[in-house]
Amino acid sequence: MTKIDLSKNWNFASAAESTKHIKLKKKYGLFIDGEFVKPQSKKYFGTINPATDEVIAKIAEANEKDVDLAVRSARKAFKSWSKLEPKERGKYIFRIARMIQERAKEFAVIESLDGGKPIRESRDIDIPLAANHFFYYAGWADKLEYAFPNKKPQPLGVAGQIIPWNFPLLMAAWKIAPALACGNTVVLKPAETTSLTALKLAELIKDSGLPKGVVNIVTGAGKTGEAIVNHSDINKIAFTGSTAVGKMIQRSIAGTKKKSTLELGGKGANIIFEDAAIDQAVEGIVNAIFFNQGHVCCAGSRLFVQESVADTVIEKLKDRISTLIVGNPLDKNTDIGAINSANQLKTINKYIEIGKKEGGEIYQPKCKISKKGNWCPPTLFLNVSQSHTIVQEEIFGPVLAIQTFRTIDEVIEKANNTPYGLSAGVWTEKGSKIFKLTQKLNAGVVWANTYNKFDPTSPFGGFKESGFGREGGLHGLKSYLKFKS
Amino acid sequence: MSRIDVLKTYKIFIGGKFPRTESGRYFHVKNEDGDLLSNMCLSSRKDFRNAVVSARKAQKGWEETKALNKGQILYRIAEMLEGRKSQFIAELMLTGSTKSEGKKEVELSIDRLIYYAGWSDKFSPILSSVNPVSSNHFNFSAPEAVGVVSVIAQNEAPLLGLVSMIAPIIVGGNT
Repeated sequence: MTKIDLSKNWNFASAAESTKHIKLKKKYGLFIDGEFVKPQSKKYFGTINPATDEVIAKIAEANEKDVDLAVRSARKAFKSWSKLEPKERGKYIFRIARMIQERAKEFAVIESLDGGKPIRESRDIDIPLAANHFFYYAGWADKLEYAFPNKKPQPLGVAGQIIPWNFPLLMAAWKIAPALACGNTVVLKPAETTSLTALKLAELIKDSGLPKGVVNIVTGAGKTGEAIVNHSDINKIAFTGSTAVGKMIQRSIAGTKKKSTLELGGKGANIIFEDAAIDQAVEGIVNAIFFNQGHVCCAGSRLFVQESVADTVIEKLKDRISTLIVGNPLDKNTDIGAINSANQLKTINKYIEIGKKEGGEIYQPKCKISKKGNWCPPTLFLNVSQSHTIVQEEIFGPVLAIQTFRTIDEVIEKANNTPYGLSAGVWTEKGSKIFKLTQKLNAGVVWANTYNKFDPTSPFGGFKESGFGREGGLHGLKSYLKFKS
Repeated sequence: MSRIDVLKTYKIFIGGKFPRTESGRYFHVKNEDGDLLSNMCLSSRKDFRNAVVSARKAQKGWEETKALNKGQILYRIAEMLEGRKSQFIAELMLTGSTKSEGKKEVELSIDRLIYYAGWSDKFSPILSSVNPVSSNHFNFSAPEAVGVVSVIAQNEAPLLGLVSMIAPIIVGGNT
């Protein structure tokens, strides 16, 4: 096949989003009882722009005493917040939704600056979805009786929420919005590499007039998270992150009054049948694994292509990824931004080495990569099988393991043969096949002819070691309520 | 001599426009004391027909509008009503409400719009079901809009009555 190559003479002009309009402080305290306060620990750490290695701001590191203050403030606020008329509770949440919409651009730029994701994604996906999530759950506040008729839904109390670095503001929205709508109060800890948008959200919450202490945001790393998990006056732990940490949390809270929902790792199977619309499927594969640099728990990191179309799909896929632009997250042309942290890059590179060592055939297009910052080109691994480490373990980066299959039963068996069960994708033009696969695939979310689509009305969560509990939709309310009968 | 009020002739609202009535006839709106408040169109059958035609034309597109968008539009109406609260209170007072009754009615109307704005993306999960039929089929049911709905609002609490009727109708995808 002859290809027209325009890339030699036609380069994309830089289209970097301006950072002039954003307002960031040099140093951020902890958001406790409606105010930014200095940490008892007296310690701060830098948050780094993963594309340039520059420190953007100093962030407070909360210790046990700080977490205790935050929990006390949340407990105090719970008394009146849980008794507030539900429709008024809803109006506060609607306000937060509106204010995020108004400040969307600033949030988008900070998200890309702090986390490394392409501005196109933070602008079009992360921030609008976060606003929509608040908007959606705001409406539930006075309708809980309709969601759970005759069950007398009651709030749980104080929720300790720990969120990851891949969708910082969106995950904060997923956690805070349903908790507040159900009448709980919150102590939230963002990930240590991406605290900025959570702190900007704290500023916004302060401006919104939300009663003091209803939302508390404490920053820090694993130790801070541990202090939340082990605090005796917390009723609920909601965690999104790795399966390893999820297991540790379960051990820590075993035998306590704490309820929990865990949204953990995944190794999503993306299945392409011979009767799929191939070009769309190739786009879908790219979106499934290279969206957000592959830092997606539900990423389609295992590709299964039916043997009869494997050569075509793989060739098209190689062509397509050679056009992906890896670079400045703030550039509107960028497809793949910076890897979130140096540590994560190390993990990804470790897996790439293992993949090569175990005999996988690697394909990476040539990309211009900046010397500063953390980068990883889109990576394909061919000639791998179920037993390969890169097929079994979650990499959380832009690395795709490709396998082929012949029959439906074979691909179901292979797709389900993993400790995870978060997501899967099916590409076929045949409706009956879609219904069969969605029933047989052991995954909390199955996409048909699309991938990585999120909506506040749609519940998200995993089976098996991908966790339990759902976020989003009516199901997401259950995680923050108890029922009296 | 006291100032003579300028009485507005209110027009009707069809298809996003404010035309005069086709009938060419008007009536007076008076308060309880019999004072003249304004002139109002006396709509004819043809006006009604035009309204139905325009509602029918808009219905399919409105029903297909995404639930989130419908909710945002209802919320927007509530926001605008909040912004024009004092005007609506004053108008309710003209028709006989006390100031506190008027305030209460407008505030309830705003809250009710917000209540229904929230329903836009929530009624279908509550009213839908996946039905475990005995045959080898996937069977599900989901609510759809009725279509064009005609409302005759009450005299008492004129704003709240109208809002309480219209909001659920349009949030359900009807016109």
